[in-house]
Amino acid sequence: MIRLPDPKRDVLARRDAIVAGLRDLLPEASLISDELRLKPYETDGLSAYRQMPLAVALPETTEQVADVLRFCHRNGVRVVPRGAGTSLSGGALPMEDAVVVGLMKMNRILDIDYADRVATVQAGVTNIGITNAVAGNGFFYAPDPSSQLACMIGGNVNMNSGGAHCLKYGVTANNLLGLKIVTIEGDILDIGGAHLDAAGYDWLGLLTGSEGMLAIVTEVNVRILRAPEGARAMLAAFASNEIAGRCVDAIIASGIIPVALEFMDRPAIHACEAFAHAGYPLDAEAMLIIEVEGSVSEQDDLLDRLKAICQRFDPISLKVSQSPEESAAIWKGRKGAFGAVGRISPDYLCMDGTIPTSRLPEVLRRIGEMSDSYGLKVANIFHAGDGNLHPLIMFDANDPASFHKAEAFGADILRLCVDVGGCLTGEHGVGVEKRDLMPYQFAEHELAQQRAIKSAFDPDWLLNPSKVFPLLDAPAMAQAA
Amino acid sequence: MSLALVPVDEAGVRDAVGQAAAERVALLVCGNGTKSGMLRPVQAARVLSTAGLSGISLYSPSELIIAAQAGTPLPEIEAALAEKGQQLTAEPPDLSRIFGATGKPQTIGGITATNLSGPRRVAWGAMRDHVMGIRAVTGRGEIVHSGGRVLKNVTGLDLCKLFTGSHGTLGAITEVTLKVLPAAESSGTLVLPNLSPRAAVVALSAALGSPYGVSGAAWMPAFPGFAGSVAFVRIEDFKASVAYRTEKLRGELGIPGTDILDEAASRAVWAAVRDVQPLPLTDADAVWRVSVRPSAGPNVLDSVASAGLRGFLDWGGGLVWLSGPASLESHACVEAAVRSAGGTWTLLRGPDALRAAVDVVPPEVPVLAAIGRRVKASLDPAGILNPGRMYAGI
Repeated sequence: MIRLPDPKRDVLARRDAIVAGLRDLLPEASLISDELRLKPYETDGLSAYRQMPLAVALPETTEQVADVLRFCHRNGVRVVPRGAGTSLSGGALPMEDAVVVGLMKMNRILDIDYADRVATVQAGVTNIGITNAVAGNGFFYAPDPSSQLACMIGGNVNMNSGGAHCLKYGVTANNLLGLKIVTIEGDILDIGGAHLDAAGYDWLGLLTGSEGMLAIVTEVNVRILRAPEGARAMLAAFASNEIAGRCVDAIIASGIIPVALEFMDRPAIHACEAFAHAGYPLDAEAMLIIEVEGSVSEQDDLLDRLKAICQRFDPISLKVSQSPEESAAIWKGRKGAFGAVGRISPDYLCMDGTIPTSRLPEVLRRIGEMSDSYGLKVANIFHAGDGNLHPLIMFDANDPASFHKAEAFGADILRLCVDVGGCLTGEHGVGVEKRDLMPYQFAEHELAQQRAIKSAFDPDWLLNPSKVFPLLDAPAMAQAA
Repeated sequence: MSLALVPVDEAGVRDAVGQAAAERVALLVCGNGTKSGMLRPVQAARVLSTAGLSGISLYSPSELIIAAQAGTPLPEIEAALAEKGQQLTAEPPDLSRIFGATGKPQTIGGITATNLSGPRRVAWGAMRDHVMGIRAVTGRGEIVHSGGRVLKNVTGLDLCKLFTGSHGTLGAITEVTLKVLPAAESSGTLVLPNLSPRAAVVALSAALGSPYGVSGAAWMPAFPGFAGSVAFVRIEDFKASVAYRTEKLRGELGIPGTDILDEAASRAVWAAVRDVQPLPLTDADAVWRVSVRPSAGPNVLDSVASAGLRGFLDWGGGLVWLSGPASLESHACVEAAVRSAGGTWTLLRGPDALRAAVDVVPPEVPVLAAIGRRVKASLDPAGILNPGRMYAGI
């Protein structure tokens, strides 16, 4: 079990009074304190870790969020913000003495302005909900994490979520214009707006990806983009990871910016094919899904260029989609990858390091060696254009030894990512999962600097205090503040 | 200002800052100083330039990554990228028309510290969107890094965003790592003649809201070679796509007299827009850079006209360049216009007395200002890095 800071005994002792105080601030249905209804909040997408919270608050307005935070601040109560609870890094893992502030009731789209290409939405709107709201006018919201049906924009902001289309459209940070936030003291602040450039410090950039440690986000201004005329995918399969990696390099060097460039290794191909029957080549060691955009004739032109590039690398199979249906079939396996792996293994850990793409063959080879030595299977799915690797480590949660091995294997992979010049997390966030690996990527004084910036927003360390940074004992934490 | 320190490596920067911190001596942190007239004047006993830290430290075209020491001249980086058919996506401007030519090139550290982006920003993001990694020396005399040399990285707080655009007040940037992208094969431009700013912004919004990947959208009251006001819309892509898309968009916008520029003319127009050439400018004028929602750009132009300010629009109306008399009245007029539109202003150029007397950027609300002071104190406890550059007393 992951270590959490010692609960504040005085807070636990005042539990009933704290719940009563919160109840005064919120509508009847917005405060949960009974064990049965708290249960669903004890974990998030990293379900190996569980911890019941002290209470759950589900405010309906920014003002209620402010009331709750002001109350918690006055009473020294820790707060864990939560969106849909899909974090794969345990970003929303509760603490025994903490109030979970869930934003799911704040799920309204407040304004859509097509002329200025901005939508204002509450934090609890789902990622796909934004695109659905503007799709009728031919627009979309670009970042598309795999969990986009469920995950909420507030969580996307806090984790700086990515997706399969980042190479062209960027991550969450590149698609935001403004935020409404509430500080731990209960002050409501507007950051940015509908304009592009901040003139002072880039608070919007700092808050994005801050994992709920600096403030609670209640509203978001996102950029909405006009969708291209069309998109089409192709599939190319190769005899080795090395060859596929060289093909990726050649594609990038050609000047084409594919809207997506996904890489799957042999175990991933097999798992996805068994699940989705997408027609993936089972004799291949590596496979690329490449997607381009534009009019039909532009797609033809780009796909011809890409086909010519792939052909230089002796593909085992090359399939260019001829229709939206065929593109959907090519994507079906990739999009169902998590479910597919879930079918062949009772449990899996989804890792999320980023590496320089040139190191891909070497990294996959070493992951394979680790897989052998740990005796755990792994399937690799990889946003090849941007180097974001997602090894899925399969284990059996009923066997504690298997889980511990999977965790150790995952940590080895992340250290390898750092060793080759990459990082611990490309889009899932540090959360609790990678917290204790942070000293592998940052020097102690660099972590102290980051902690000091958190302290500037949250001097008492009440906001999501057990995440991102290795735990310090209480005096050291006070010193950091 | 007397003593200029020009260390040749990061350790030298660290030592210089460390010593200044110990002595509590304020530093004017700069690169080649090409934009040192920006924002408020800094009162500092010493100059610390990072111009001595020069050279591209890493360039991996197939990984879309380039890293360079802070003092590396921007033209050197652009040339290295061009050789591989790539470019700095944010298209940073050369502001020597505004600040005067110093005979020295601007540096990558300077363009990062000021977060200046060109016309492509409207579609492809600002400098801050492409900074993947930063190394800097904080006011504590400590070398810190954030981000790295990969394209996707959410490990820890994003100090890249914090340092970018902080004008050297939080740290002296020593190295910058940027995401780069392939340069488009071709550039084409639609010319929409004789539109009012308001009508132009409607057309530019339609263009930016089209599926044709518009990467530049500007309006100006005059441009050499054209009679009357003119709006430009750029499309960058493969040749065949540019031809197809410009024609298609011309038809959809349906504005009579719309022309299409050839490749060379298109590139020349956008270089001029990037470098603020269309701004009417006398030697005595002050210059403001205003960021608002695109539809509010024309309102800003209207409401400052009475004070004798003139300007042009980029970013589809969202970036307003303004020039006019360098007076408190002019500045108050810009402030009022931006406040009513919602957005930000930057007093980019003006006499020292004016820049010291006004809010050169919008003041933060008190709660955020307090957070800002604590963040500044955490990075620069002695307050020695470019004191007063952005906000008086900070």
